[in-house]
Amino acid sequence: MEELHLPPIDYAAIAPLLLVFGAGCVGVLVEAFVPRAWRYRVQVPLLLAGLVAALIALISVADKRVSTAGGALAIDGPALFLQGGLVALGIVSVLLIAERRVERGGAFVAQASVVAGTDSDRRQSSQPGATEVYPLTAFALGGMMLFCAANDLVTMFVALEVFSLPLYLLCALARRRRLLSQEASVKYFLLGAFSSAFFLYGVALLYGFAGTMSFTGLREAAAEAGSEDTLLFLGIAMLSVGLLFKAAMVPFHVWTPDVYQGAPTPVTGMMAACTKLAAFGGILRVFTVGFADINLDWEPILIAVAIATMLVGAVMAVTQTDIKRLLAYSSIANAGYVFTGVLALSEEGVAGTMFYLVAYGFTVLAAFAVVTLVRDADGEATHLSRWAGLGRRSPLFAGLFTVLMLAFAGIPLTSGFTSKFAVFSAALGADQVTLVIVGLISSAVLAFPYLRVVVLMYLSEPAEDTPTVSLPGVFTSLALVIGLVATIGLGVVPGPVLELAEQASSFIG
Amino acid sequence: MTVGQVLLVGAVALPAVGALAVAGMPARLDRAARILGTVIAGAVLAVTAGLALGERTWFAYLDGSPVVRPWHEVDVVWAESLDLAFHLGVDGISWPLVALTALLTLLCCLYSLWTVPAPGRGRLLVALLLAIECGILGVFLSLDLVLFFVFFEVVLLPMYAVIAVWGGLDRRHAAVKFVLYTLAGSVLLVVGIFTVVAAAGTSDLVVLSTQAGAGISHGTQVAAFVLLALAFAVKSPLWPLHTWLPDAHTEAPTVGSVILAGVLLKMGTYGLIRVAVGTVPDGARQLAPVLGVLAVAAILVGSLVCLAQTELKRLIAYSSVGHMGFVLLGIATLSATGLQAALIGNIAHGVITGLLFFLAGAIKDRAHTGVLTSLGGLRDTSPLLAGLLGYAAIASLGLPGLAGFWGEAFAVYAAIDRGGALWTTAGVLAAVGGALTAAYLLRLLRTVTHGPAAPAVTGLPRVTTVELITWAPLVVLALLLGVVPGIVLDTTIAPVNALIEAVAP
Repeated sequence: MEELHLPPIDYAAIAPLLLVFGAGCVGVLVEAFVPRAWRYRVQVPLLLAGLVAALIALISVADKRVSTAGGALAIDGPALFLQGGLVALGIVSVLLIAERRVERGGAFVAQASVVAGTDSDRRQSSQPGATEVYPLTAFALGGMMLFCAANDLVTMFVALEVFSLPLYLLCALARRRRLLSQEASVKYFLLGAFSSAFFLYGVALLYGFAGTMSFTGLREAAAEAGSEDTLLFLGIAMLSVGLLFKAAMVPFHVWTPDVYQGAPTPVTGMMAACTKLAAFGGILRVFTVGFADINLDWEPILIAVAIATMLVGAVMAVTQTDIKRLLAYSSIANAGYVFTGVLALSEEGVAGTMFYLVAYGFTVLAAFAVVTLVRDADGEATHLSRWAGLGRRSPLFAGLFTVLMLAFAGIPLTSGFTSKFAVFSAALGADQVTLVIVGLISSAVLAFPYLRVVVLMYLSEPAEDTPTVSLPGVFTSLALVIGLVATIGLGVVPGPVLELAEQASSFIG
Repeated sequence: MTVGQVLLVGAVALPAVGALAVAGMPARLDRAARILGTVIAGAVLAVTAGLALGERTWFAYLDGSPVVRPWHEVDVVWAESLDLAFHLGVDGISWPLVALTALLTLLCCLYSLWTVPAPGRGRLLVALLLAIECGILGVFLSLDLVLFFVFFEVVLLPMYAVIAVWGGLDRRHAAVKFVLYTLAGSVLLVVGIFTVVAAAGTSDLVVLSTQAGAGISHGTQVAAFVLLALAFAVKSPLWPLHTWLPDAHTEAPTVGSVILAGVLLKMGTYGLIRVAVGTVPDGARQLAPVLGVLAVAAILVGSLVCLAQTELKRLIAYSSVGHMGFVLLGIATLSATGLQAALIGNIAHGVITGLLFFLAGAIKDRAHTGVLTSLGGLRDTSPLLAGLLGYAAIASLGLPGLAGFWGEAFAVYAAIDRGGALWTTAGVLAAVGGALTAAYLLRLLRTVTHGPAAPAVTGLPRVTTVELITWAPLVVLALLLGVVPGIVLDTTIAPVNALIEAVAP
């Protein structure tokens, strides 16, 4: 039998990944061996420590540009920047997930699959939530980090599944409105499984075409084949379906509002910030490393997708009456703006895209953090009519939410403006004038739902039963402060982060 | 940093910091907060006045030198990778507007010391006024297109809040209409700016004006000018994009109307001169006739609509459409005389209409109605108010010797001087519009001040000292600008000549 040769692995370069996955594995052991009463107190510090350690590890390897593990992983600029973004956003998400002051026992229940409305389901709604959410979160974040660094299609697929499966489960764990939460989970799972199947089929076709899985190999093969090969194009199409689904782009966006609405709000925040970032990390790598040389052929279709995403997201957001659905549609439109940066197909575009993802992530997490605080007897009050007059009841949070809404609307001096500016000017630099014009029109349309919420909070008379804003615990307060500081900081002094993104904007391989 | 640079940054930073400080004061210190805001507004006025000091480069407009030669200049990199620059500068075109902005804001803050419209919370109103001042000063001082846009946007939301919170009965509708129009304008503006920046490869206004469109193809210039002109036309406002203005003016509180008419509209005309004409002159030359025709239409439509108005604030609001028509006509001629007329018309309109809105607010607050017919006989019951209103109206209709005369007369002159059938007709029609302006303002005076005293105007409270102090600078300026127009024209002549030389060789 032939001796098996293990490829050399640069452990320093993948240390951040190992730390996050390690935190997840230890978390599973904690579930098994630590008494129930202690688990929460062990899990939260453990996961946070793991993420902070990963962040430190990332900073210490910030200058690395290597391809390791036999070419399966590319630890290059974009991978490191996106992983850094993921870990930072992940820390904020974990802060939201760990909050237990706002809702007794936290936002999660122990078991996802208990039939909604039964006695056992009611029982578990009054018990403290399970602590499995922390290892699940760790695996999801680890998978996303892997996804951004995957340098061949198989690794990418594995990473896709690693981060998707915990998310499906997390979606079903909402303490309130159990049925909605379970519906969201099933919907996300079924559609996600379909999209994974498409992705896998695409991988198979591309392997059939090129005889290799690595992006570098694919690019060489594609350059030789020219633009005639059916296998290649079917493969790209299938692969794109899987990726666009995760990024919530039209026409693969329909799951987004339902899942965002049904999932526990901290998980929704994590999906809007981290999943989006990871999905675009993958998209960037596939389209800039894998198929950049044949871009003329796939570009028109993707431009159409971007335009449709921007318009559908913005127009549908106008009609929403639920704040979580509104944010869902706005995240769809924002995916369109990010995509204009991708389609610039330049280093400037890559830098702009990465900056946008990080800036948007912080803002959207802070927005969902506010959503978790506006509550009445039935839990979160997400219907917009219930937000009327909130500005009178709690000026502080209304003011905070206003800043976040202005950032979403792209008003100058917030991160929303600088990030849109970054992607649109990159797209202009690449002569994508149509995309930019549609993007600007769509942003103007999208400004209205945001302003409507602001108007509603300040100018409407508070109803008798206007929900109260719960006092946030330490964790949520911290998440809010981080989100707000990032939103304003990246708007006023975008320089440092943008430069970082620019230095990190070239792929290897 | 030189003194001038400190002053430049101070002019933008001071109101911003002041707005935050005033808004952050607790409710029980409301009056103290308003006093603080007024002191800050006064400091800003002092700063902007200081900008005129120091060495000016009057005679440095030689061949090959930049078209925009700021007296003082700050150029700091803001975000290098986005090519964003924090580039501020002041020159003869912008300085009069800067000073006017600071003056009107100070007067509005003073006025808010004395009275705050319902629902109170005066410190927030003052904070918003300062925030608006920051934005407007930023627009006038920006020498970078993107920065210009940023400040342009900063103005929008505070103004919306001023109308929507402190406005009249129909304030929500007016505020939403204002936001809708202005946001649409912003989209056009940002597309236009992106077009120019992408085509020229820089967003620096000094470089762009000096190149005067060199290197940008004719088609692109026309497209960019259309976008920019539309955006600024919404703001100015130019007929037929003016319909947000009467609503906003009528519903806004007095200080809101004063700022809106006094300086906010000037962002449009200033932008048209500095950004649209300055950066894409080819497009401007191509489309100047269209702009001229629309401007004349605005003058005529504005005056005719005014003749039919029955409400005091609405009438003054519509008169702005006509007056700004003269300003736009001046710009459209693309001649030194026309631009001079536009710039002094801008200032005169700011002073006079600011005064008119103050007076209209004072009358409405006292009589609790703005309907002209129920204000009859004001001269008998309150001679001071009636007299001041008469003075402001006469200044507004362009009586020689008062501020309104120069802008309108020279806009007409510039159009006729330009020659050709189109421009001659435009000049003649504008002159007819000038006569109509006189007609509706005299009609206003006849109904309001003459005749028997109506019940609404009997027993009006006396005019307070604060009000007189607030109005006095405007009254004096209206006369001063009429007698010595040189205080504006001498400042603007050098940069205007330089601009015209680059734009219309």
